[in-house]
Amino acid sequence: MSKPEDSPSQGTPSQGPKVAYMSGRDATAGGLAGVHQRLLLIPPYRLLAALLRRIGLTGHGLVIAVPYLWLLAFFLAPFLIVLKISFAEVIIAQPPYTPLFEFVEDGFISIKASLENYLFLLEDSLYWKSYLSSLRIALISTALALLLGYPIAYAMARAPKRWRFALLMMVILPFWTSFLIRVYAWIGILKKEGLLNLALIELGLISEPLTILNTDIAVFIGIVYSYLPFMVLPLYANLEKMDLSLLEAAADLGCRPAKAFWVITVPQSIPGIIAGCFLVFIPAVGEFVIPDLLGGSETLMIGKTLWSEFFNNRDWPLSSAVAVVLLLVLVIPIVLFQRMQERSAQAGG
Amino acid sequence: MSDAGAAGGAARSATAPAARQRWEPWNDPSQRPHVEIVDVTKRFGDFVAVNNISLDIFQGEFFSLLGPSGCGKTTLLRMLAGFELPSEGQILLEGEDMSGVPPYERPVNMMFQSYALFPHMNVEKNIAFGLKQDRVPKPEIERRVAEVIEMVQLGPFARRKPHQLSGGQRQRVALARSLVKKPKMLLLDEPLGALDKNLRTQTQFELMNIQEETGITFVIVTHDQEEAMTVSSRIAVMDHGKIVQVSTPAELYEYPDSRYVADFIGEVNILEGHVEAREGDHHLVQSSEAGCTVRTGPSGEEPAGRQVWIAIRPEKLQISLEAPDDQSTNCMAGEVWDIGYLGNLSIYHVKLDSGKMVTATQANMARLIERPITWEDRVYLTWAPDAAVVLLS
Repeated sequence: MSKPEDSPSQGTPSQGPKVAYMSGRDATAGGLAGVHQRLLLIPPYRLLAALLRRIGLTGHGLVIAVPYLWLLAFFLAPFLIVLKISFAEVIIAQPPYTPLFEFVEDGFISIKASLENYLFLLEDSLYWKSYLSSLRIALISTALALLLGYPIAYAMARAPKRWRFALLMMVILPFWTSFLIRVYAWIGILKKEGLLNLALIELGLISEPLTILNTDIAVFIGIVYSYLPFMVLPLYANLEKMDLSLLEAAADLGCRPAKAFWVITVPQSIPGIIAGCFLVFIPAVGEFVIPDLLGGSETLMIGKTLWSEFFNNRDWPLSSAVAVVLLLVLVIPIVLFQRMQERSAQAGG
Repeated sequence: MSDAGAAGGAARSATAPAARQRWEPWNDPSQRPHVEIVDVTKRFGDFVAVNNISLDIFQGEFFSLLGPSGCGKTTLLRMLAGFELPSEGQILLEGEDMSGVPPYERPVNMMFQSYALFPHMNVEKNIAFGLKQDRVPKPEIERRVAEVIEMVQLGPFARRKPHQLSGGQRQRVALARSLVKKPKMLLLDEPLGALDKNLRTQTQFELMNIQEETGITFVIVTHDQEEAMTVSSRIAVMDHGKIVQVSTPAELYEYPDSRYVADFIGEVNILEGHVEAREGDHHLVQSSEAGCTVRTGPSGEEPAGRQVWIAIRPEKLQISLEAPDDQSTNCMAGEVWDIGYLGNLSIYHVKLDSGKMVTATQANMARLIERPITWEDRVYLTWAPDAAVVLLS
């Protein structure tokens, strides 16, 4: 028997949520505030908290301070060391460069900074050719990785849910072997009497073995292979969370699926495309192992140039200058790009 | 709540003057249905989402599919849009079989529950999207987009992106986007589900106005009976993939044909009983739960002794402290268990002598200084014979 009280028309009376409201500062810390209160009972923690408060670090400030300190210690400090070396001169000593600061008699500090290394980079065409060649190779490799990675990520994101984890593992699996070994393995595949040529001859597609190893093509293959997961993963994360009802809405409004891909899916995945391209492009520009192992003698890449400057010539200051310029070459366009993005996002608003 | 819905829904048929011709194409055999759903079944694996449904919807109707979640109403709507294909049966739009027609070629548009606005396009571009797909000339696109933007009052927001709009504004964009192509049928999947109560009520009336203005056939999916009552020309009540009853809101409320519908639409007291005798066009039903004989409204003939259920709406019960002259027919006696005072209405929960709880609502016509009826009073509930509806299932 249905009782009138159960009638669905009534709806359930909304009961006020039982929430004890916290003051603004504690509320943002959420459950952690309670943990903090309890930990304060322990003397060392209390001392640490008091110390941090004395230097003006509490709550938010502390959370933000941790990554900043990390970057300061492990990124900015080494960079400053490299920057310092880039202003020095080569000497035959240990370490093999002149000090930037020197105590001279009478308690003076002499600062001896030389711009010669940077000027030399402009003088010798090897360097700017290396930079350009690196950028070219990285650009082409990134484009290839995008062309290959997008369909992979798309297929993964649209695969049945129970398969996705396995597919994701397959993308990550190569990371479990040494990078160096995987690049070496490509030599075995790409060389004249390697697996690829054997297979192609066996299939009757070619009669003469192709020369792939020690060419730019081998470098492209190596970079695309090595960095593909960095393209696939951000794209997958982006495509997977896309609202599929958008595609239904597009179809409903008369848009064919193929067109909907270009006008809905691709624009929606732009953040993933940008993230993937940066993750491939940036390490590819400075790549050293791949061009060294797979590339030819005429494959110019700045990583290789830097390595030979450093280890063959033992010219630490010059190679430091190469590294600093490389950083500028990468950072300046990225900063400009992000500025542009922000501006266009605001303009769209 | 319930009676407000009934009044709104009945506006078109019941309260119209007798001279005015009623607009009831479903009762006119010469009318061709706009949409014919013929023996449609949809299975997902072993699960039958829609179970052999046949339904005709007419040009210009505001048709509701009403039911609890999981009753198959959204699946039916998605089949009309073309996102799902029927496992069996067919759907005809203006006599044309839609089976092989993909969504992007159907002259039907849908408003999604999540709105599904394109986040990377502003309001104008969202609305223009459908027209662009049809290669409508640019000046015409601009004119028609401006027209619907005007209709849904989004003028100041035309250049905003969806994330810069409020829920109500997004809802309007979604509506405008699905209207701009002037579809033969507009499908609305819980269109007001995400809005708060005030906005929802206001938007219901706006939807009705827009539907009347455009003359487009609207098919709406909702689980909110009040919403369905307010906006619909007819309602199909669904349960477990089947249609339980298709009627106008007023008929559904006053003449439900099952306990499920009676219970789902508004509030109702249901009393079990057995047919005692037939008297003219109505029955006498003996109910031990009610503790009396119930003289019912006109109903089909049932054999004596058959188990039936009597449905009486709470607002149709009169509550009184004095015993009526005839306590054996259409009169229940009990004790006031609970009183809910809503201002305009008072709700009385009365525990009958049989132990059954019934609800009676009384409009508070006079200002109430001191309640004449209070807790634990012995009261008598009476009703007009017409108010008692016989239910067989």
